[in-house]
Amino acid sequence: MATTIIEKIWKEHELAVDDDGRSLIYIDRHLTHEVTSPVAFEDLRIRGRKLRRPDLTVAVMDHNVPTGPREEPIRDELSYKQMQALYKNSEDFETMLLDYYSPFQGIIHIIGPELGLTLPGMTLAAGDSHTSTHGALGALAFGIGTSEVEHVFATQTLWLKKPKTMEIKVSGSLGQGVYSKDLALFLIGQLGTGGGIGHILEYTGETIRSMTPDERMTLCNLSTEAGARSSIISPDDKTFNYVRGRAFAPDEDDFNEAVEYWRTLASDPNATYDKSYSFDVSGLKPMVTWGTNPSMVVPVTGSIPSPDQFEASRRPGIEAALKYMGLTPGQAITDIKVDRVFIGSCTNSRLSDLTIAARVVKGRKVSNSVRAMVVPGSQYVKRNAERKGLHSIFLEAGFEWRNAGCSMCIGMNEDQLLPGERAASTTNRNFENRQGPGGRTHLVSPAMAAAAAIEGHFVDITQWDMAEAI
Amino acid sequence: MDVVAGLAVPLLRENVDTDQIIPAQFLRILTKNGLGRYLFYRWRYDQDGKPKPEFVLNDERFKQATVLLALKNFGIGSSRENAVWALTDYGIKAVIAPSFGDIFYENAVKNGLACIRMDEKLIQQIGREAEAGGLTVRINIKEQSLSYGSQSVHYTMEPSVRRRLMSGEDEIENTMKYENKIMAYEQRMKKFYRVDRKRLLYE
Repeated sequence: MATTIIEKIWKEHELAVDDDGRSLIYIDRHLTHEVTSPVAFEDLRIRGRKLRRPDLTVAVMDHNVPTGPREEPIRDELSYKQMQALYKNSEDFETMLLDYYSPFQGIIHIIGPELGLTLPGMTLAAGDSHTSTHGALGALAFGIGTSEVEHVFATQTLWLKKPKTMEIKVSGSLGQGVYSKDLALFLIGQLGTGGGIGHILEYTGETIRSMTPDERMTLCNLSTEAGARSSIISPDDKTFNYVRGRAFAPDEDDFNEAVEYWRTLASDPNATYDKSYSFDVSGLKPMVTWGTNPSMVVPVTGSIPSPDQFEASRRPGIEAALKYMGLTPGQAITDIKVDRVFIGSCTNSRLSDLTIAARVVKGRKVSNSVRAMVVPGSQYVKRNAERKGLHSIFLEAGFEWRNAGCSMCIGMNEDQLLPGERAASTTNRNFENRQGPGGRTHLVSPAMAAAAAIEGHFVDITQWDMAEAI
Repeated sequence: MDVVAGLAVPLLRENVDTDQIIPAQFLRILTKNGLGRYLFYRWRYDQDGKPKPEFVLNDERFKQATVLLALKNFGIGSSRENAVWALTDYGIKAVIAPSFGDIFYENAVKNGLACIRMDEKLIQQIGREAEAGGLTVRINIKEQSLSYGSQSVHYTMEPSVRRRLMSGEDEIENTMKYENKIMAYEQRMKKFYRVDRKRLLYE
């Protein structure tokens, strides 16, 4: 029978099914960080439990870390305590730790793929909702809460009700200046914030096949914003070439065997899904969110919608969003001025993202009215960007060039919007107060964010004269 | 826990995300206790930390509420279990909404917070009755029924969720009954999924 990659990986990792129909799923890789792990470690200690597989567990400091110079002291006492707790927990429970000072430190969803910790066909869990990112390499990945983190620590398994499957088939090619971020925002706009609840999405179709692994990561990263339990893309030669040679990837002796296995996992051509949607994205424009959840999105050529355009039950929410965002119906997107620009986060902080932004910025200056920052997704990304000279381009233009971390995406460290400030942000959530109390977030691609920094307002990047490849 | 009963509070908004339930700045903690004071922090308090009178939880009539009524996609967003800890520490025992974020929902079960899925029209109706204050909602987990005023309605819940809410079992202990299956997988696990830590010494 024709089956999907989701069912194939599920079956391989399903150890038992309980009386209520839940499956016990083995977790091949567990990534953990300083913010959602301390309570889980402490509960292990209280109950005298061991961490079952410290060798399959990797800890990293990312969510609350400062992104300024690493030699400076950590000023925030609460963050410092969480970081200290992760040092102690990693030592006591013998897990690998990529600490604040590690040359491989970075955002959990950036370092997994780039170090080869994330591999096709594996199951992966992390105490963070954007864990769906890892599906881009053909891993079945679950974002989990702290109690489940503890469960994986103790048992290396999760009890999961088998999610429904949803195929998102995409055809048509993305034009110049239109990126996977725009595709993702468009799809969230179509599905709504809850459209994917209870489902694992599989992205298929020619558009997905032509995307690079980095671009697929941006797409899978944002699946959770449509409510999806996870998302995945069947691995192909692009995936295998991406994985090959990474620190923890199979070595050359095992690589062919691994690839042979991974090829068997791709969804069969006639596989069926609980739901299937098709989208032709030819002619898609760069997208800009205008509201307080990622489904509130329009093309850059559009304008702020009026509550009247929505069904009556949704109007109060739309009105509240417009009020919070300080926007008026009918206002053109390109007339919206920004105070801050943030390029970073697990959505868009890979080398390819920074390269595109640098091509937009090269030889130009950040608008006097804008404060702009680039926060690479990992120290490895940062080093590679510096080798290419990207940091010089950003610094000469007037951007801040910082160290790796979640930074202003979650606003747990000092990188925050001030009340009323408006940001073009390459992140994943435009929720109220997300990037700082009273802050207003517009989600866009790195190219769109970079152009907004230069002009001080949103511009249609498809009309931009970009520097040649860097 | 077979029955949850208490004063209902209507928070009839869609897409109440976990950033609203508890802002990220309050995630810098090492314990799950005492988070109730940060529940809905930015909706509940102004920038000087003073209660906003227009927010429903600051209304005297709802101070003792334990059953929260909300609209679709409650608890979407971040995986932070702190959202559930804040609700339970505040005293909320059940949330009734048409749909919930998947991770939030599982976090809730793990902490004995009952999440009841119901038709939006019905929630709007209960919400209207709750608006004046003083409406008690009684949820019988065992029977999968909910009553308020003179009304009684049936809802459905996954058997595993119902069982766990009622038993409050230690799931890890339960899972370890399957240790032989776990070990069997570990024997056959693909060798290329193992992590050799020494490899990070190269670059």
